[in-house]
Amino acid sequence: MIEGIWTLIGDDLPALQIAVPLLAATLCILVRRPMAAWSVAMVVAWSSFANAGVLLHRVLTTGTISYAEGGWPVPWGIELRIDLLNALVLLVVTGICAIVLLAAPRSIKAEIPRDKQYLFYATYLLCMTGLAGMTITGDAFNIFVFLEISSLSSYALISQGSTRRALTSAIQYLVMGTIGGTFILLGIGMLYMVTGTLNIVDLADQLALVGPNRTVLVAAACIAVGVGIKLAVFPLHIWLPNAYTYAPAIVTAFIAATSTKVAYYVLIRFAYSIFRINLTFDGTQPSAILMMLGIAAMFLGSLVAIFQDDIKRMLAYSSVAQIGYMVLGLSFANEYGLTGGLVHVFNHAVMKCGLFLVLACVLLRMRSTRLSAFEGLGRRMPLTFAAFVLGGLSLVGVPLTVGFVSKWYLVLGALEAGLWPVAVLILMSSILALVYIWRVVEVGYFKAPPEGADEITEAPVSMLLPTWILIGSTLVFGVWTSLSAGVASAAARMLIGGGS
Amino acid sequence: MTAATAVGLAVAWPLFAVVLIIAFQRWPNLRETGTLLTGGSLFAIVAGVILPEVQAGGRPRFDVWEVLPGLDLAFEVEPLGMLFGLVASGLWIVTTFYSIGYMRGHHEKNQTRFYICFAIAISGALGVAFAANVFTLFVFYELITLSTYPLVTHAGTEKARNAGRMYLGILMGTSIAFLLFALVWTWLATGTTDFRPGGILAGKVEGPQLMILLALYAFGTGKAALMPFHRWLPAAMVAPTPVSALLHAVAVVKAGVFTILKVVVYVFGIDLLAATDASRWLTWVAAFTIIAASCVALGKDNLKARLAYSTISQLSYIVLGAALATTAGVIGGGMHIVMHAVGKITLFFCAGAIMVGAHKTEVSELDGLGRRMPFTFGAFLLGSLSVIGLPPMGGSWSKWFLMLGAAEAGQWVMMVVLMASSLLSIGYLMPVVVRGFFRSAPVDDGHGDHAGSGIHEAPLLCVLPPVATALGGIVLFFYAEDIWQLLMGMVP
Amino acid sequence: MIEWGLYNYWVVIFLMMTGLYVVIARGNLIKKIIGLNIFQVSVIMFYVSMGKVKGGTAPIEAAGFEVYSNPLPHVLMLTAIVVGVATTALALALVVRIKEAYGTIEEDEIRQIESNEDAS
Repeated sequence: MIEGIWTLIGDDLPALQIAVPLLAATLCILVRRPMAAWSVAMVVAWSSFANAGVLLHRVLTTGTISYAEGGWPVPWGIELRIDLLNALVLLVVTGICAIVLLAAPRSIKAEIPRDKQYLFYATYLLCMTGLAGMTITGDAFNIFVFLEISSLSSYALISQGSTRRALTSAIQYLVMGTIGGTFILLGIGMLYMVTGTLNIVDLADQLALVGPNRTVLVAAACIAVGVGIKLAVFPLHIWLPNAYTYAPAIVTAFIAATSTKVAYYVLIRFAYSIFRINLTFDGTQPSAILMMLGIAAMFLGSLVAIFQDDIKRMLAYSSVAQIGYMVLGLSFANEYGLTGGLVHVFNHAVMKCGLFLVLACVLLRMRSTRLSAFEGLGRRMPLTFAAFVLGGLSLVGVPLTVGFVSKWYLVLGALEAGLWPVAVLILMSSILALVYIWRVVEVGYFKAPPEGADEITEAPVSMLLPTWILIGSTLVFGVWTSLSAGVASAAARMLIGGGS
Repeated sequence: MTAATAVGLAVAWPLFAVVLIIAFQRWPNLRETGTLLTGGSLFAIVAGVILPEVQAGGRPRFDVWEVLPGLDLAFEVEPLGMLFGLVASGLWIVTTFYSIGYMRGHHEKNQTRFYICFAIAISGALGVAFAANVFTLFVFYELITLSTYPLVTHAGTEKARNAGRMYLGILMGTSIAFLLFALVWTWLATGTTDFRPGGILAGKVEGPQLMILLALYAFGTGKAALMPFHRWLPAAMVAPTPVSALLHAVAVVKAGVFTILKVVVYVFGIDLLAATDASRWLTWVAAFTIIAASCVALGKDNLKARLAYSTISQLSYIVLGAALATTAGVIGGGMHIVMHAVGKITLFFCAGAIMVGAHKTEVSELDGLGRRMPFTFGAFLLGSLSVIGLPPMGGSWSKWFLMLGAAEAGQWVMMVVLMASSLLSIGYLMPVVVRGFFRSAPVDDGHGDHAGSGIHEAPLLCVLPPVATALGGIVLFFYAEDIWQLLMGMVP
Repeated sequence: MIEWGLYNYWVVIFLMMTGLYVVIARGNLIKKIIGLNIFQVSVIMFYVSMGKVKGGTAPIEAAGFEVYSNPLPHVLMLTAIVVGVATTALALALVVRIKEAYGTIEEDEIRQIESNEDAS
């Protein structure tokens, strides 16, 4: 029977990646009870994760997967196209979705009223649909559609935070995100106007025929700005700190690890697969601009993080810095740099999600994520705090952790491009990360727990488990790198080689 | 057990102690027995299985895992690493005995955490000693930093926390900013980070770049306390004395200078350095550190601080030996790792014994104490002679080889520097002995209840170790030939 | 010289700039949403006007007609309009909640309330 089901759906796995969560979201709305909705979400999320694993395996063994939706032939119909690049990103996205969901019920109990929790799960699944769709589609306009699906659901998720600041953060993100999305739409429109097609592979071919053209340049600029807003690249990152800080803890863990990563993927896809990175804006290489923005993000993000009192906000600024690393890797335009950026997608997702889950645990027990809530936490919640220390060391880039793998490739990329000052800057910013992480570690281990604190116990297993799955992964994948770095470097080679 | 598996086992073995310590944490005597058993068996493995193989010319290798293409975790033991491994595993046993005496005598808290971090730090030291390439060395180098941080900040006070900040800040800062850079550069230039006899950089890195790369390695190894990155050492004196003994003899600082020595011999190759004169500047930095640190030591009244600056000075002897890029210099440096370890650990043990037994920390307070604590001060005398470099202490041999190395390189100034440093070390070490034995104790020293003469030593477990290591220094004087034989295997 | 045949692009630019200006310069949240809408409409206009072919008729197959306007941009814009509607609905819902929580929908007043909260 398994055989039968497999032959039935085996070819349609890419489409199921989008269809199943979408339908399940509706199912969650019909099912009113929170735990039932959660069960539906769990089944769907984990099967999507398994699906992503199967797809990655298929891409590794047989090459790029091309799936024509609805059977319409490819340049005219919408294509789902999975190659090494988006298979890796898909794995990360679905994996994070699945693991974070483990911690969800306990965590949102404190932040979302019981009669709205089923809606939370529905929106969560919708967001997952949008992100997965954005990742695997091979059609430029489809990217916009799924982008808006995921964005709208993220706005809704963020607004569920327990303070009223969540509302203002959500609307700030909404305004900026919509402007970004609309710019992307504009850019895609211009590309369509010039080439007459929306399929990514076809766009690339047609653009090569068109040659240098001002419309194409403006389209590239519009898309870059639009994606830049979603990617929160400096200086378009203004929405990020508020959105991450005031959203429910689980939502922050989820979104921090996925939405900016998918935006980064979209940027790479447009840069390499469509524009084939041979654009010059009157002598200014776009890579030089990206490099400067990346360096600015690295330093300013880390510096501002050092002075934050709310640790969630600190990690949000840290994310801005880490996105700077990814953009920097992209700007080197060589294999090592691109590998560094891609492997950092994987590594940062694992690290940051783990750290935000730690904060979710702390929030649950201490009802605050300010630095003062961490006093003496090393003694009262030892497992949770140990997870923070390990995740923090990974952010710094201690060898045998995933952070080191990313740093390795980024520094290699910088040196390979002949830019040793940039390599020095990358290493300096790691030291800044050490400063802001160690602030928290000191408070946790050196300060005594405040007098009169209730008997604070360790976080519940349902939340500790996903936290340690992710933090454990920062160690496992820091040593076993053939999945993350191996696939990333193969994808980078493929992109630079011009294939798809 | 083959030597190859012994190598892998030796690095992981101290972690077995961690298991025992956690299991027996409620029964202190059992807990300490766990550490001692592990330490004893570790030394047996290192000295009994690995040493004969290396002495015979073998280079046992243990591959663990390839982390990234071209970056693998692997161990391979060669003479210098063998020596450092012996020092680390041997002195762990002695330090554990001393710790038992000190920690209990001082009624210290958190002893379980202390012994656990100790064990992990020793594992790190062995990892550094047996590393087959720069990457593996880097991994265990960072492990040492992280595992010794809780030891340095053991007291949990504000002062300890600030010292911990400087410790971590300088050590991790230099290792990330410089050492990691050097690692990546080496890999990019040569495709590997392996330690090979004769070095791997010949023909791959030339001219001024060679000097810059050497600078990155030298300053990136913050544990070697080359000025200006030395401030962490005196700051770390806030730690309990067994930790200072560990830091200054066994794990941390020796890992630092060992790294520099190993990199000079096996990554650069002394022939390359001698031919291109790329390490000349390092001899000057080392010389400056030697003299400047000795001068500062002269002015320090706190005994541990004085010993800290003495350590900074002595470490640069080894760096100087490496930088001279001659066979004798390198052998002298390697030998000094052993001699200084034994000599300095004696001095620190004595300082701790004085603290536990007489509650004194400043040199000016030590008048007449020698007569009440003759064994402690006797050991201090022998340790001082070793550090100063006088026979019949082992330290005289390492100094001899360093001078020989300077002569071989034609660097007469360095010979003068070494001799001047000996004089300065007489200046800051002998007053302790002189005050202790030849001055009379002040009338009212707060110890009214032991008025009058008579021996009132520190607890036995605080006195036996320094006496043992002091005598060890004499023994090493006669074993210097064997050490020389072993180290000759370094240079082809 | 101004190309009068390209007047549709001028309309698009005018709407786009107006929309962006309103979003940035107006403090009232409802006005911001309106500005956002105008901005989105400009892009919709861009696509739709792009689809029109000179002399082309509606894209429904019929005898006697050779030149049809391009239906694809119109279809794409149906999606975009729906997205715009959803965004507006969500934004308005948020504004209602903000009004309940803060008592005002003026951005500067909200900012004042928040900074007072931070200071205390």
